[in-house]
Amino acid sequence: MWKYILRRTAQVIITLLIYLFITYFLLDAQPGDMTLQYMNPRFTETQRQALAVRLGLDRPVTERFIMWIGNMLRGELGDSFSESKPVIDIIKERAPRTIFLFLTAALTTFGVGYYLGRLLAWQRGTKTEYVITIFGAVMYSIFLPWFALLMVLIFSYHFKWFPLGKFLDPLVWRGLPKEMNANLIFNRLMLTVMLVVLALVVVTILARKYAPNRAGQVISGVTFVVLVLALLAWITFPYRYLAGDILRHLVLPVLTLTLVNFSGTMLLTRTTMLETLREDYIMAARAKGLPERMVRDKHAARNAMLPVFSNFIIGLPFIVAGGIITETVFSWPGMGLTLLQAATTSDIPLIMGTWLFIGLLSLTAHLVADIAYVFIDPRIRYT
Amino acid sequence: MTERTSYSTFLGGEMTTGTQPQIYIHETVRHNRLRRYWKNLKETWGLFAEDKIGLLGLGIIIFYALLAAAHPILMNTVWDSKVYDPFIGNDPLVINNPSPPSATHILGTDPMGRDVLSQLMSSTRNEFVLGFLAAIITVILATSIGAIAAYFGGWPDVLFMRLADLINILPFIALLVVLSAFIKMNLWVLAIVIGILSGFGGTTIIFKAQALTIKVKPYIESAKVAGGSDWHVVFYHIVPNLMPLAFLNMMFTVTGAIFSEAALSFFGLLNVRMSWGIMIYTTQAAGYMLRGLDYWYLILPGGLSITLLCTAFYLMGRALDSVVNPRLRKR
Repeated sequence: MWKYILRRTAQVIITLLIYLFITYFLLDAQPGDMTLQYMNPRFTETQRQALAVRLGLDRPVTERFIMWIGNMLRGELGDSFSESKPVIDIIKERAPRTIFLFLTAALTTFGVGYYLGRLLAWQRGTKTEYVITIFGAVMYSIFLPWFALLMVLIFSYHFKWFPLGKFLDPLVWRGLPKEMNANLIFNRLMLTVMLVVLALVVVTILARKYAPNRAGQVISGVTFVVLVLALLAWITFPYRYLAGDILRHLVLPVLTLTLVNFSGTMLLTRTTMLETLREDYIMAARAKGLPERMVRDKHAARNAMLPVFSNFIIGLPFIVAGGIITETVFSWPGMGLTLLQAATTSDIPLIMGTWLFIGLLSLTAHLVADIAYVFIDPRIRYT
Repeated sequence: MTERTSYSTFLGGEMTTGTQPQIYIHETVRHNRLRRYWKNLKETWGLFAEDKIGLLGLGIIIFYALLAAAHPILMNTVWDSKVYDPFIGNDPLVINNPSPPSATHILGTDPMGRDVLSQLMSSTRNEFVLGFLAAIITVILATSIGAIAAYFGGWPDVLFMRLADLINILPFIALLVVLSAFIKMNLWVLAIVIGILSGFGGTTIIFKAQALTIKVKPYIESAKVAGGSDWHVVFYHIVPNLMPLAFLNMMFTVTGAIFSEAALSFFGLLNVRMSWGIMIYTTQAAGYMLRGLDYWYLILPGGLSITLLCTAFYLMGRALDSVVNPRLRKR
């Protein structure tokens, strides 16, 4: 299994390199070059050429690409034209916001979709099924930017339940000590979410031995304990109201992303669940006299989960892409919004930087999900 | 000899000299082929019509197609082109813009005094052109690459499948945003870019999987034994058998293309004069998006149209899926 994980990691790194090379090459094939960014009408042609030599633009593209990779590994991504700051600083500042949004949205999407899909398979042919299916299909193809704006209109403008946009309220954050900043809070929030998820995954794996009733009790018990612990940890933290402020801003984007993305998982869970129910081993399980709940949770649901999970892996980029649109609409100043701004201002170093980040995020998410698959799939043994 | 009204092949004619009855085939090959297509089409329609949700999708698509077709007719007959032009029209009788729906402007006017219904209808044509162009490019690329990769295996297979994986793991909208920084995007360029990306991307994997199951069918073997070259087998035997799947996949590509166009227009990255995305963009940029539902005639048409048309193509795709894929039929 470790060999498999290592091989996947190596593949991901190679893919990343190819991906970066294609982007770099495309960029290089464009008319004009970097010197135009420094252009000044009084520049003569010789001055421009001298500048090109100084910037290393006279060398072949492959050599420059290798230099760029070397610089990237040392954390130098150049300076942004539009913000006159090192790109790496911009990424460091904004990446946690995007990762946190993405992580929360991905988790809720999968959770809600899987739960509803299981429910739907059991409600086959009823009115509930039709209503949820049509709702799901509409949400699946709804125009996200427009829908997000409608959410803002309804929940923030009309009911005033949530803030209109941005990720924090500057009034709350005034007069803090210097070492307190938003990224600190983001990192802690992210750590909390990850620890809770990790604990749940470990418990779920350990609880597989028990009968579903018992396992359900164990899992919900442990979930409760973990959540209480997490809450306790936050209550002892003096700046907990700052985290509350961020979470209040987070609700609407995550809700929007979940509503738009859940139906893919839901419809697939339903289909695979129905297909699994026709299998012989389900009939065997029923013939043994097992209770319906046991058949559903232990025999059907776990086998039906595999295609759903692999589809979820394939669907991850959509959540990232959706995140970019959501960030724009909610003016959540993360990497997606940065990418859009960089693209509209032709800020090439910033485009490469954010693009690198988005590629890394997608690939890492894929890798993590692939590795998780090893643990979930009971049939395939990787050697 | 009677008229050639009967379809079927029959034995007939007068018994001539000798013992052998003469066989007349009252049908040309072309005629026979047409008849089989027609029968096939009727069967497919029967299966398709079983699914009421699919019919709903088809209904919505026809509705929008009629809207698109009606626009040039209206512009040439009823509507004064100075007033109703979707880009530069302006009604001198309307003083305050945006104005709510009235008898002359059924969906009101936008913040620049242009007729919203006219914008909606003229954009519809663009969306159809974009969607179908992207879908056709995707299908041509994906069927040929999928068939080649499945039939030949080896390095073309590895190369194209890894490329498809790479495109597949990237967020599509982000990719288009980055590309729009490099390439000046208009409707045609966007259609080609979307077609190429999805043609080399995820769609190819589906087609290759299907082509692999076709490759092992006995008729492929027969074609090879009969002396068909590799290319003949790929393009005359494998690709035609991928067509049902291709048609189904076109529906999903159309959805993706319309969505991408609208998203890019909404971001203001697309050089196109009028589209549903631009309608939303204009509304938001002019600040009417968050002024409450009084301005529903600005907020709803664009977004609702995108959603409806995308849903329609998606529902139609699902219904076709149960036609193409017997495993999904109701039993």
